Amino acid sequence: MNRAVLPLGAVIALVVLGFIGVDAAGLRYLFGVVIPYLAVATFFIGVVYRILKWARSPVPFRIPTTGGQQLSLEWIKPSPLDNPSGIGGVIGRMLLEVFAFRSLFRNTKMQYWSEGPEVRQASDKWLWLFAILFHYAFLVILLRHLRFFSEPIFGWVQVLEKIDSPFEVTLPALLLSGLALGGAVTFLLVRRLYLPQVRYVSLAADYFPLFLILAIVTTGLLMRYIFKTDIVSVKEMTMGLVQFKPVVPEGISSLAFVHIFLVSVLFAYFPFSKLMHAGGVLLSPTRNLANNNRFKHHENPWNYPVDTHSYEEYEDEFREVMIEAGLPVEKMPEPEEEPEPEEGEGAETAPAEEASAEEAPAEEAPDQETPGEKE
Amino acid sequence: MATPKPQELASIQHQPHGDWWMDTKPEFRPGNYLYAANPKSVEYVGLPNARAWDPAEEDWKLPPNWEEIVLEGLRVRLERFRTLRIFMDCCVRCGACADKCHFFIGTGDAKNMPVLRAELLRSVYKNDFTLAGKLLRRVAGARPLTLAVLKEWFFYFFQCSECRRCSLFCPYGIDTAEITIIVRELLNLIGCNIDWIATPIANCHRTGNHLGLQPHTLKENCDYLLDDIEEYTGIRIEPSWNRKGAEILFVTPSGDIFAEPGIYTFMGYLMLFEHIGLDYTWSTYASEGGNFGFFTSHEMMKRLNGKMYLEAKRLGVKWILGGECGHMWRVVNQYMDTMNGPPDFLEKPVSPLTGTKFENANQTKMVHITEFTADLIKHNKLNIDKSRNDHLKVTFHDSCNVARGMGMFEEPRYVINAVCNNFYEMPPNTTHEATFCCGSGSGLNAGEYEEMRFRGGLPRANAVKYVAEKHGVNMLACICAIDRAVFPALMNYWVPGMDVTGVTEMVANALVMEGENPKEYNLRGEELEQPIAVNGPQAEEEAAGDEADSEEGGE
Repeated sequence: MNRAVLPLGAVIALVVLGFIGVDAAGLRYLFGVVIPYLAVATFFIGVVYRILKWARSPVPFRIPTTGGQQLSLEWIKPSPLDNPSGIGGVIGRMLLEVFAFRSLFRNTKMQYWSEGPEVRQASDKWLWLFAILFHYAFLVILLRHLRFFSEPIFGWVQVLEKIDSPFEVTLPALLLSGLALGGAVTFLLVRRLYLPQVRYVSLAADYFPLFLILAIVTTGLLMRYIFKTDIVSVKEMTMGLVQFKPVVPEGISSLAFVHIFLVSVLFAYFPFSKLMHAGGVLLSPTRNLANNNRFKHHENPWNYPVDTHSYEEYEDEFREVMIEAGLPVEKMPEPEEEPEPEEGEGAETAPAEEASAEEAPAEEAPDQETPGEKE
Repeated sequence: MATPKPQELASIQHQPHGDWWMDTKPEFRPGNYLYAANPKSVEYVGLPNARAWDPAEEDWKLPPNWEEIVLEGLRVRLERFRTLRIFMDCCVRCGACADKCHFFIGTGDAKNMPVLRAELLRSVYKNDFTLAGKLLRRVAGARPLTLAVLKEWFFYFFQCSECRRCSLFCPYGIDTAEITIIVRELLNLIGCNIDWIATPIANCHRTGNHLGLQPHTLKENCDYLLDDIEEYTGIRIEPSWNRKGAEILFVTPSGDIFAEPGIYTFMGYLMLFEHIGLDYTWSTYASEGGNFGFFTSHEMMKRLNGKMYLEAKRLGVKWILGGECGHMWRVVNQYMDTMNGPPDFLEKPVSPLTGTKFENANQTKMVHITEFTADLIKHNKLNIDKSRNDHLKVTFHDSCNVARGMGMFEEPRYVINAVCNNFYEMPPNTTHEATFCCGSGSGLNAGEYEEMRFRGGLPRANAVKYVAEKHGVNMLACICAIDRAVFPALMNYWVPGMDVTGVTEMVANALVMEGENPKEYNLRGEELEQPIAVNGPQAEEEAAGDEADSEEGGE
């Protein structure tokens, strides 16, 4: 529990900092222009840097986790989406993973009774449901906010907004995505705190984004439904940001500044945190590779030669017994040669290998790039 | 170190103790850790820091700069493996993996939750390789590499069987097997391997197989099995060893020429190939399909695996046929061609009997026996009398590596259904891609580790028990040599009376061989006319026990 306290405190501090900065210190330009610019720049530079760092690291082996039938004999039906054998399947698998959280959809819950004992794997889709709700609600909200960054407002943003508010019972109309995001974040937070196993593994870095997003949602909802701000001034400011003619008009409430500040923090925090899982899933070698190693060569860029005990070395050691047992040999022994030592069990009697020193510091070897070379 | 009784062992608490994993340490006690590598084995293959040591002792006799070696090793691997980098960076600790691990289910130890197993390494990665970890330390979940951390690694990364079940459920595909493989590499840099892995690889390096069977011994063992086949079927088979010019090289795990019930599968291969008149050879030099190097380091895996292609080249065969094995097939499918290929000296595999081109093996030139047999059956090349397996009620265990590192599900089921009349699937979420590990994969099959293996094997055994009680299943079929080695004891512990077989043994038992002995023994020397008790579904309670009795009677 204590690992949740610090991040909660940090988010409260950020909110307080925002209010103090805008209200007491009057740093409206800092919070309305400078910090958002810095945050967005940090976000893009950071994300690109992280992705490039991952993308540039080698993929020595093609090791997809296969979740379905392989490509096999022609009369056996393969599962291209769970066990892709080519690029089409991989694309399908990744689309399902990104847009439908395919792997999480497999989730089960272990049930255990020590009498018996009995173990069962029950279906459990709650995590999947709330995870997908969370991410889609977040996406819809992000896209809806493009109304602050387009003039005239993109047509599809207005359509999206219409779809998002099917029950026009309130004024302003109730937007479902906001409630959904709030609900989903709360579920994920409560789950993290409530399930002993998940709580046990959780770090401050797991709570911080949840509290931060909760604060963003809360300030957003408050602004929309209760403490309304001058939306025209806000739009003037946001349009100034995208047109690189920053202005900070009068009439924007402190709450709006705090909301923008928290969003800025989220953007800036993103590339340094686990939120990068968004990019990680795309590059994950167990998901984005085809299971086609048996019919398509995969090159390991740092493959290096190793010491494989050769047949010649093997026969030199066992020639006598091989001949005795009637096994064919490459070289017949020379007549004056000493008899080979008696057989030993395991490696104990074996002589030390001369090439063995190569193995230990494996790191030094890969300067030779001969692929697949063994000798 | 007596292994507790099932009832005691089944009392498992899955709620974590305490507030945070970082404050707990594993306690090494007899039965819960694996013995250290024999220094002679370590030295023989040229791995560093060979010495006698004991994991339960305080002093592990590490090199003075061991932290430096390990951290440098980690740095190098972060440069080499995108998997490692991404898996270290993008876990959100959602916990979806937590209850997917058979070792967590069987022990309740929170550090067996895949997320925490990875966190054991991630915490060190954060501490030394990330800004957040350097600034925030413990708050960021970072901790420096200490002897206590190292011991924890040894304890838990040799308590992972690299089965990849967690990886299937992880929304980002984080693969604990990959993390375990890499941490074991790090441990090997400072000589911290277990003997059940180190000695097999030394054996394999020298004699060509994990068991250390020398060429003449292999042939002798095979001859004994040929005698048995002759006794039970009346047919004398004369296979060839190390024969140049054979069309096909056959490679299977050495465990199958060594002990029951693997030897029956071995006899099955001999009979099947005789039945179809296959032009093939065994090799004493490449006499191991399995690869315990895979449980040591990528480099050791490559060293041992290299023999298959070297031998295929020396003998001048056209292609390679591989026997029933789990991790062997993950290595063949996902690593072999990349490490030791391309094998341009081989031809694209074509079945000499059916003409079927195994297009999915065009690059490695290595075909799985189950694919091969399924194709034979499909083309009616086998003379099968299914009723010879009528005394069996069979279920099938998907081996982890073949399931999640290859995706071979329908082939074995097709073969089983073609050779027996009574096949039952275990419950959903315990088969196919969601299959549970036998509990002893990745080199953990050591005698001293029996208790942990029985714990790890609990979810699998429980699913077997379910079909035993529901359908009277009495035979657990598999296509993995480690399964065949460990299931008899595991079943005897959790599901008494359950027998274990390789799929090819079942095939051979159903074969109507030309000139066969009318007495009709099966490969275990059990007379087929004397039916082994088959219980109706109503006899649920007694099913397992009855089977055991009658099986013994049959022998």
